[in-house]
Amino acid sequence: MTQWSGYFGLIFQGALVTIELTLMGSVLALIMAFLAGMGRLSRFFVLRALATAYIEFFRGTSIFVQLFFAYFVLPLLGLELTPLQAGVLALGLNVGAYAAEVVRGAVQSIGREQHEACIALNLGRWQGMRHVILPQAFLVMLPTFGNNAIELLKATSVVSLISLADLTFQAQVVRAQTGNTMVPFTTILIVYFILSLLISWGVRSLERRMARGLDGVRV
Amino acid sequence: MSASAPIIKVDAISKSFGAFKVLDGLSMQVMPREKLALIGPSGSGKTTILRILMTLERIDGGHIQIDGEQLYHMERNGQLLPADERHLARMRQKTGMVFQLFNLFPHKSVIDNVTLAPILTKGTPRAAAEKRAMELLDMVGMADKAKAMPAQLSGGQKQRVAIARALALQPKIMLFDEVTSALDPELVEEVLNVLWRLCAETDMTMLLVTHEMGFAHDFADRILFFDRGRIVEEGKPDEIFRNPKQERTQGFLKKIIAAGHRV
Repeated sequence: MTQWSGYFGLIFQGALVTIELTLMGSVLALIMAFLAGMGRLSRFFVLRALATAYIEFFRGTSIFVQLFFAYFVLPLLGLELTPLQAGVLALGLNVGAYAAEVVRGAVQSIGREQHEACIALNLGRWQGMRHVILPQAFLVMLPTFGNNAIELLKATSVVSLISLADLTFQAQVVRAQTGNTMVPFTTILIVYFILSLLISWGVRSLERRMARGLDGVRV
Repeated sequence: MSASAPIIKVDAISKSFGAFKVLDGLSMQVMPREKLALIGPSGSGKTTILRILMTLERIDGGHIQIDGEQLYHMERNGQLLPADERHLARMRQKTGMVFQLFNLFPHKSVIDNVTLAPILTKGTPRAAAEKRAMELLDMVGMADKAKAMPAQLSGGQKQRVAIARALALQPKIMLFDEVTSALDPELVEEVLNVLWRLCAETDMTMLLVTHEMGFAHDFADRILFFDRGRIVEEGKPDEIFRNPKQERTQGFLKKIIAAGHRV
C-alpha cells in the first residue's frame, strides 16, 4: 500500500508553483496587454507598428517554442533565466498578446459621444482615456480577461518541460515513484479545474462590483 | 476688448463630409450675451457649425475668431499657422457644449460628472469643485440627486446634469445642440426652464440648435435660418416667424406648423 500523504504534499507544492506562475504571468500579461493594446490605438506609426509586431509574433508562434527559446536560447545570447523567470516571461508575453486585442476592442467599443464629451470638457487625450474611456472599457474587457487568465493557468503545465516543479511536473514525479498513473493525474485534473473555477468566480464578482450603478438598479 | 465687438466671428468657412458639402462659405457673427437660435431642415449644417465651434469637427477652409482670437489658427510672427493641440485646449476653455443625447459619464455619479473637468483641467481642489458643483446642481434643480448614477435619472434630469457639467468650467459661450430632441414631451419643459434661468442669471452667449420653434421665438434675440450649408435668412424672431421673406424659410415654417409645433 502506497503512503499517499507524502505524495499529496508534493502535489500541493506543485499547486503553489502553478498558482505563483499564474499570478505572476497574469500580471505581466496585463501590463503587456495594456501597453500593446493602447499602442495599437496610438497616433504614432512607430508605436502602432511595434504593438502589431509584438501581437502578431506572440500569437503566431507556439508557447512551447517561446518557452524553450526563453530558457535554452536566451542564455546563449547572454541572458540567463531561472525556470520560473523563463516561465513567467513566456506565459506573460504569450497571453498578453491575446489580451492586447481585448484591450483594443474594448476601448474602441466605447461610443464616440463619450470622446466628444471629453473634448467639450477640455480633457486632454490621456485624461479622457484614464478617467472616462478606460474605466468603462475595463468592464468590457473583464469577461475575456477571465478567459485569458484561465488559458494562462492551463498553459502553465508546459513549464514542467523546463524542470519547473509545477502541478504537472509533480504529478509525473509521483507517477514515476509510485508507478500509479491514475491517482496523480486525476488529482491534478481536479486541482486545475478548481483553480480555474476560482478565477471564474473572482472575475465574475469583480465584474458585478464594477458594474454596480451602471444599470440604474443597484447602487 | 470693447463690448461692441463680436465674441464669435465666422468667416467664409466650408466643411465637407466626403462629397457632401455641409457648410458652404458660411459667415456669421455673434455678439457677447446674445441668444441665438439656429433653425432649419436636418442636414442644413446648423449642428455642424456648433460642432466646429466646439472643435469636434475641423474646417476645410475659412477662419473663426472667438473672443478676439483665432480658433483654428495661431498667429506666429505675423503668420497664421494651423492650431496645435495646446492652442485648441486654451480656446476650448471659452466654450461649453450640451449634447442631444446628454453624453454623461455613466460610471460616475452626478456630482463626479460635474467635478471631473474642473479638477482635472483647472486643478480646482476637490472640496471647492464639489461646493461649486452643488451650487450648479441646485440651480438646475438636481442637488438632491448629487449622489445618484446617471442610469437612475430621467432624460430631462440627465440633460440638466449635463448643463451643470458644462457650466462648471465657466465658459463664456454655451452651445446647445438639440438639447430637448431626445426627451419625452413632458420632460422638455424642465430643461427649457433651466435655459431661461441661465439667461436670467448669467451673461453667457448662447447658441441653440432647436426644433422647439415656440421656445426659439420667445428665447432668442436673433434667429438664423439654415438651409444647404448657408444662412438663408436671419432676423428678429418676430420677423422670421411672422413675416419670413425667403421662400425656403416660408416652406420650412409651413411644414413645421403643419407638424403641430407652436410658433
